[in-house]
Amino acid sequence: MTETTKPQNADDYADKIWDFFCSLKLTIIILLLLSILSIIGTVLQQNAPAAEYIKEYGQSNYELFVKLQFVDMYHSWWFIGLLGLFSVNLICCSIKNFPRVWKFVTEPALIASPGILKNSANRLEATSKDDRQQLANRLSALLKKEFGSAQQSEKDGKLYLFAQKGIYSRFGAYMTHLSILVIMAGAIIGNVWGYKAYVNIVEGTSTSQVWSRNGQVPIDLGFTVRCDDFDVSYYANSRRPRDYNSDLVVIDNGQEVLHKRIEVNDPLTYKGITFYQSSYGSAGNPFFQVKVTENATGNVMNMKASMGQPVNLPGGYAFAITDFTAEGRFGPAARVNVSTPDGRRGTPFMVLKDFPEFDIKRGGKFSFSLVDYKEPQFTGLQVAKDPGVEVVWLGCLLMVFGSLTAFFFSHRRIWVCLEEDGGKTKIQIAANAHRNQPGFSLAFDELKQKLDAAIENKSSKKEG
Amino acid sequence: MESGLFFNITTIAYFASMVLFFAYIAARTSTLAFFATLAALAGFITNTIALGLRWYESYQILGVDGRAPLTNLYESVVFFAWTIVLIYLLMDLKYKQRAVGAFVMPFALFSMVGAQMWLNAGIDPLVPALQSNWLTYHVITCFLGYAAFAVACGVSIMYLIKIGKEEQHKGDAPMGGILGLFPPCRVLDDMNYRAIMIGFPLLTLGIITGAAWANYAWGTYWSWDPKETWSLIVWFLYAAFIHARFTRGWIGRRAAWLSILGFAATIFCYLGVNLVLSGLHSYGGS
Repeated sequence: MTETTKPQNADDYADKIWDFFCSLKLTIIILLLLSILSIIGTVLQQNAPAAEYIKEYGQSNYELFVKLQFVDMYHSWWFIGLLGLFSVNLICCSIKNFPRVWKFVTEPALIASPGILKNSANRLEATSKDDRQQLANRLSALLKKEFGSAQQSEKDGKLYLFAQKGIYSRFGAYMTHLSILVIMAGAIIGNVWGYKAYVNIVEGTSTSQVWSRNGQVPIDLGFTVRCDDFDVSYYANSRRPRDYNSDLVVIDNGQEVLHKRIEVNDPLTYKGITFYQSSYGSAGNPFFQVKVTENATGNVMNMKASMGQPVNLPGGYAFAITDFTAEGRFGPAARVNVSTPDGRRGTPFMVLKDFPEFDIKRGGKFSFSLVDYKEPQFTGLQVAKDPGVEVVWLGCLLMVFGSLTAFFFSHRRIWVCLEEDGGKTKIQIAANAHRNQPGFSLAFDELKQKLDAAIENKSSKKEG
Repeated sequence: MESGLFFNITTIAYFASMVLFFAYIAARTSTLAFFATLAALAGFITNTIALGLRWYESYQILGVDGRAPLTNLYESVVFFAWTIVLIYLLMDLKYKQRAVGAFVMPFALFSMVGAQMWLNAGIDPLVPALQSNWLTYHVITCFLGYAAFAVACGVSIMYLIKIGKEEQHKGDAPMGGILGLFPPCRVLDDMNYRAIMIGFPLLTLGIITGAAWANYAWGTYWSWDPKETWSLIVWFLYAAFIHARFTRGWIGRRAAWLSILGFAATIFCYLGVNLVLSGLHSYGGS
C-alpha cells in the first residue's frame, strides 16, 4: 500500500506546485508586489556615489541599503527574481489554458448542445412549413452575407448550421503574454551583447574608442569616427539652445564610408552602433583670424593666430593674442600685445570684432581687427549598441495588437438547429460571444430580424 | 492671448456643468441633466478651440519653432481636462448614465482651475530634446489613457457609495433618494471595466511611444527613471485589475478600490513625480 500511495503523494505535491505557478491569484500578487517594490527605486536615488547616500542617510543605513541591494534595486536578485517568477507564471498559465482555446480552432462546436439552444441569452425560435434543407440553404446564404460562412452537419435526424467570427480574439491574451516574454528576451539580448557608452570628440579630431557608461572601460569600435564640425544655435535673445549638431564622418578601413550631420533626436547608426548627440563643451583655446594693417604703407595682411602664440609681423615685430572673451560688453574682444624688434613687449590693447575700425584710432605701427574666431568645442555623444532593440519593438507591436484583440474583439458564434416536427420544421437559433455580451446582444437583435425574414421568406403565411 | 479667454470660458462651462449635474442628482429633474451634458459639450468645444488657438499662437510667437500645445505642465493639464471630457462624453453616448457626470466633471474642472491658478501659461521655445514628433504621440496616448482612468475612478467612487445601500435594499422596487439616480452597481462595475479597457491599451501605447522616443534621443528605451518606473507601476496596477476580473472575489468592491488606487498612482505618476521626485521629465515642473 505504501508503495502505491507514495508516488501519488508526490504527484499531489507536483500538482500543487503546478497549480501554484498557474494560479491567477499569483499573477495578481506578483503584479501588486512589483508595483509596490518598484517605488523604492523612485524614492531612493539609484547608482549614486556612496558618499551621497552616507551624507543623506548615514553610514549604517547605507550599509543596509547595500545589503538589500536598494541602491541598484532594478538589478537586484530579488527584483529580477520576481520578474523571473512573473515569467514562469505567464508561461504556466499559457501552457495550462492554451490547449482548451486551441480546441475552438481544431474542434469547433458544429452541433449546438440542447443547453445552448435553451439557455443562450441570444435566441430565436420559429416554425416553418418549408423543409429543412430549403431553410438551411436560405439561412446559410444569409449568415454568409451577414456574419460568416456556415458549416452544415447532421446528427440524430436534425440538421445543424454553425457559423463563427473573430476566433482570433481568443488568442489576444496569449499574444499579449507572449509579448511580455519577447520584450524581456530583447532586454536580455541587449544587456548581454550590447553596451551603453559615451565619448567626447573635439572638433576636427577622431576616435575609435568609446567609454562604457558604467565602469569607464574603453570599448573599441572597430572603426573610426571623426567630428568635422560642431555647432550650437540659440533662440533669439536667450541662452536657451535651439539646436546643436555635429558633422560626423565614419572611417572604416581607411575609407570614409558615412557622413551625417547628427542632432538631438536624429542619431547616426553604423554597424549596429548608434551615436546620439547629447552634450557639448569647450575644448581648449580658440583660434583667430586677424586682419593687420601696416599704417605707414596701408599694406593689409590676413593672419591666423592661436591663443598666446606670437605671430611674426614685417620688420621684426610680432603680436600675440593674450586674452579673449566671446561675450564681452562690446561683443567678442581680444587683448593683443605687439612686441618690438628689440624684444620689448608693448602695452596691451583691445581689439573688438564688432567694431573693426576701432583699433585705427590707437595709432600704432600696425592696426588690428578681429575678422573671425573659432572656439574649439567637443561634442558629447552617447553611444549605444543594442542588438535586442528590434526584439523589444517586435514585443511592443505584439503587445499592442494582442491587447487590442483581447479587449475589443470577441469570438462570436451562431448555431442553427432544424428539426422535422410533424410536417413542419422547428427552427432554433442560438448565439453567443465570449466577451462583450451586451454589445453582441444588440448586434444579434438586428440580425434576428434578418433571420426572421429569411425564415419567412417564401412561407409568408406563417402560423401563430 | 486669445486662447486664454477661451480657456476661461472652458473653466466656466465645466463649472456650470458640474453644478448642474449636482443639481440633477439633488432635484432629479432630467432637464437639468440635459443642460449639464450640454454645458460639458460646450466646454469641450471651447476647450478644443482654445487648444487650437494656442497652437496657432505658438507659431505667431515663435515663428518656425511653433509646436503643438503639449509641451509643458500648463499645456498638459488643460489637455488632460480636454481628454477627460472627451472620454466622458463618449461613455455618456454609450451608457446614457447622466449621474456619472457629477463624479467625472470635477476632475476636468480641477484640472482647468489648477492650470489657470498655479501654472505658467507662457509659450516658450522647446529645448532640443523635446523637438520630436514622438512628443505628440507620447503625450496624446498617455493623456487619453489617464483620462479613461479618471472616468473609471469617478465611476468606482459611485460604486462604493452605492453598493452598501444596494446590498441593504430589499425587493425589486427602485431605490429612492439620491442614490436612485445612480446607475445600478452592475452597470457601474461594467463601466469601470470598460473605461479601464480603453485606458490600458492607451497607457501601453504611451509607454511604448515614450520608450521609442527615449531610444531615438538617447539610445536607451528604458532607464528606470522615476517617471518611467511610475508609469510601469500604474501599468502593473491596471494589469492586476484586469486579471482580477477573472478571479472570484476580486470583482465589485475590490475592483473599485483597485481602480481608485490605480488613478491615485496615475496622478502621482503625472504630477507627483514632477513635483516631488526628479528625472528626465523634470522640465514639466516649470
